[in-house]
Amino acid sequence: MSSATDDPATAPAAAGTTPEGGGPGWFRRNVVGTKADVGPRIAFAIIAFLLIVVAPAMLSSFRLDLLAKYLVFAIVAVGIALAWGRGGMLVLGQGLFFGLGGYVMAMHLQLADAPEGQNPMFMSLTGAEDLPGLWKPFESPVFTLIMVVVLPMAVATLLGLLVFRSRVRGPYFAILTQALAAAFVILLVGQQDLTGGTNGLTVSTFFGLDLADSGDKLTLYFVVLAALLVVFLIARQMVRSRYGKLLVAVRDGEDRVRFLGYSPTTVKVVAFASAAGMAGIAGALFVPIVGIISPTSLGIVPSIEMVIWVAVGGRISMAGAIAGAVLVNFAKTELSEQFPSGWLYAQGLLFILVVAFAPAGLAGAGAWLKGWRERRGARGTSGPGITGRTAEEAA
Amino acid sequence: MSTPTTTPPEAAKKRDPTAPWPILQIRGLGVTFGGFQALTDVDLDARQGEVHFLIGPNGAGKTTLVDIITGLTKPTTGSVKFDDQELTGHKEHRIVHMGVGRSFQAATVFETLTVAENLDIAASFRMGLRSLLRQRRGMRPEVVEALEVTGLRDVADRPAGELAHGQKQWLEIGMLFTQKPRLLLLDEPVAGMSPDERTRTGELVRFVAKDCTVLVVEHDMDFMRRFADRVTVLHEGKVLKADATVAEVQADATVQEVYIGRAKDDRNSVSRGAADAGEAPFAPPADDPDAPGPAPLDAGVTDAPGAPPASATTKEEDA
Repeated sequence: MSSATDDPATAPAAAGTTPEGGGPGWFRRNVVGTKADVGPRIAFAIIAFLLIVVAPAMLSSFRLDLLAKYLVFAIVAVGIALAWGRGGMLVLGQGLFFGLGGYVMAMHLQLADAPEGQNPMFMSLTGAEDLPGLWKPFESPVFTLIMVVVLPMAVATLLGLLVFRSRVRGPYFAILTQALAAAFVILLVGQQDLTGGTNGLTVSTFFGLDLADSGDKLTLYFVVLAALLVVFLIARQMVRSRYGKLLVAVRDGEDRVRFLGYSPTTVKVVAFASAAGMAGIAGALFVPIVGIISPTSLGIVPSIEMVIWVAVGGRISMAGAIAGAVLVNFAKTELSEQFPSGWLYAQGLLFILVVAFAPAGLAGAGAWLKGWRERRGARGTSGPGITGRTAEEAA
Repeated sequence: MSTPTTTPPEAAKKRDPTAPWPILQIRGLGVTFGGFQALTDVDLDARQGEVHFLIGPNGAGKTTLVDIITGLTKPTTGSVKFDDQELTGHKEHRIVHMGVGRSFQAATVFETLTVAENLDIAASFRMGLRSLLRQRRGMRPEVVEALEVTGLRDVADRPAGELAHGQKQWLEIGMLFTQKPRLLLLDEPVAGMSPDERTRTGELVRFVAKDCTVLVVEHDMDFMRRFADRVTVLHEGKVLKADATVAEVQADATVQEVYIGRAKDDRNSVSRGAADAGEAPFAPPADDPDAPGPAPLDAGVTDAPGAPPASATTKEEDA
């Protein structure tokens, strides 16, 4: 331990090796993984099997539709877990980005639904003659798909640069995001000629899929599943990378990070914009599944609900956030069917319980269970002390 | 890239007044906080490779000076030149990239990350976002070296929050060490440490100083005596004794009066004085032949009737 004066020249020889790609160990390393990876990977395989094979085979078209909606919400939840759980940014206004993605998609789908030479459906309500200029670019499917992700990310980046640079954080940041979600709703309602106002925008097809056809809805379900998988893998890579550690470091000690030569603003903007992009994707997929997007799906209350899913699932765990989104929404549907007005109370109670007793949510319960099993297994053998040094000092 | 090529040979850089290259040059620095003059016309030179101590009673402006050098506080007047580049006006993280690292009064490490991850983040500070988004595989040589130097190798995979107080301080110094800075600013690195830990910290600082200039803000006189090359004494925002040897500082009557007399008010010195009482006097470090035994300064700590009372202007220090 007393190596403060040791020659460090001998040290670099012990530097870790980088595993090479290919070779017979590839399967073992990349599919099976290390011992610690085995459990989560088996769980991942089981859940994937349930979602890909069992759910489509067993569930009615109506239930499968609901599941698809929960999975869409799970995409938002992954983003919140990234920004809030890892980055410490309590994003209380994800409805804004969800809405941006949703409206971009809905505008395109309305244009695509409209018969040749006619205006989209929402304009019949306002009685307007000419298509608003804002709508024109969304005739292009490619442009639409790009904007679904890029527009929310651009808005978040701009916002983040302004807000994080002036070192706004904590509850001030949370309230700011919430205010923006509220402002966005007011804007949507006020600009009826452009957005359909409180009625929102309804759609009936999705890139050639008929949203009334159960076979096409199954396809849509798989599209959602694939999107969730991609988002999950991206978030997981971010969390596991050096950047992910840096994000946690910014959460826990922003000044220390600044004086290590990083710009905390950049670190936070990347996570915030990623979360916004994920919310945008979710919004875009929400539109064909539900068939409508309107301001009621993205105001303050839905934005807070999104955070509750993540709190319940476990904000530091991506898988926990997904589980939280699916389970809370499942419970919401079930409870609302039984007791129409009971859900609001149940949700409030759930949130209080989680905040008070299980800040790490479902994921925390999982981790605790794992730790408990390990502790039981390791009983008898002495656990590794922090160091010999502490014992030394106590003596 | 790991060692600065400008480092002169060991013998030349250690206290050689004929060839001093002041890598840090502070001229006429002043700062005012809402009418309160925290620093007035401060000049300071720190030469390549020396361990320069900055001492003074609470409220003398030591931490303020460190804050200005590292870009946290903007000075009202004056300039800070590092390696002939002006530091004032740059953002904090830019100044780090220019080769200036700092520690904080309370050791600041990332408690939920492991020791190795803490070091790795520090070592990766020149990476672009794209490389940062890759996963860490193995350990960089700088990280391994820092683990060795700080004696934290056995706890590399432990969360930093589990470390003892002294170890956190070493980890923070280790994190800065991985960045290979050319100027390192340590703000009270031995506060709250046991005598044994202080010795280890001093050795660590000496080791780090092989390749860089270290500016240490300290209260601990014994620590200063054992590990300082040069000392600058601040008092109420002014330089009381500039760029002196330890012996000169100890012999200076004014320093004795304003600083040592006040040391009574300083919780660190009081507790350390008590802790040190039972210890055999430390021998002065080998490379510091003119440092006398610990007698004169310690005597001042225990008896200073003529010292002026602590003024009300000392609050900014910890702010």
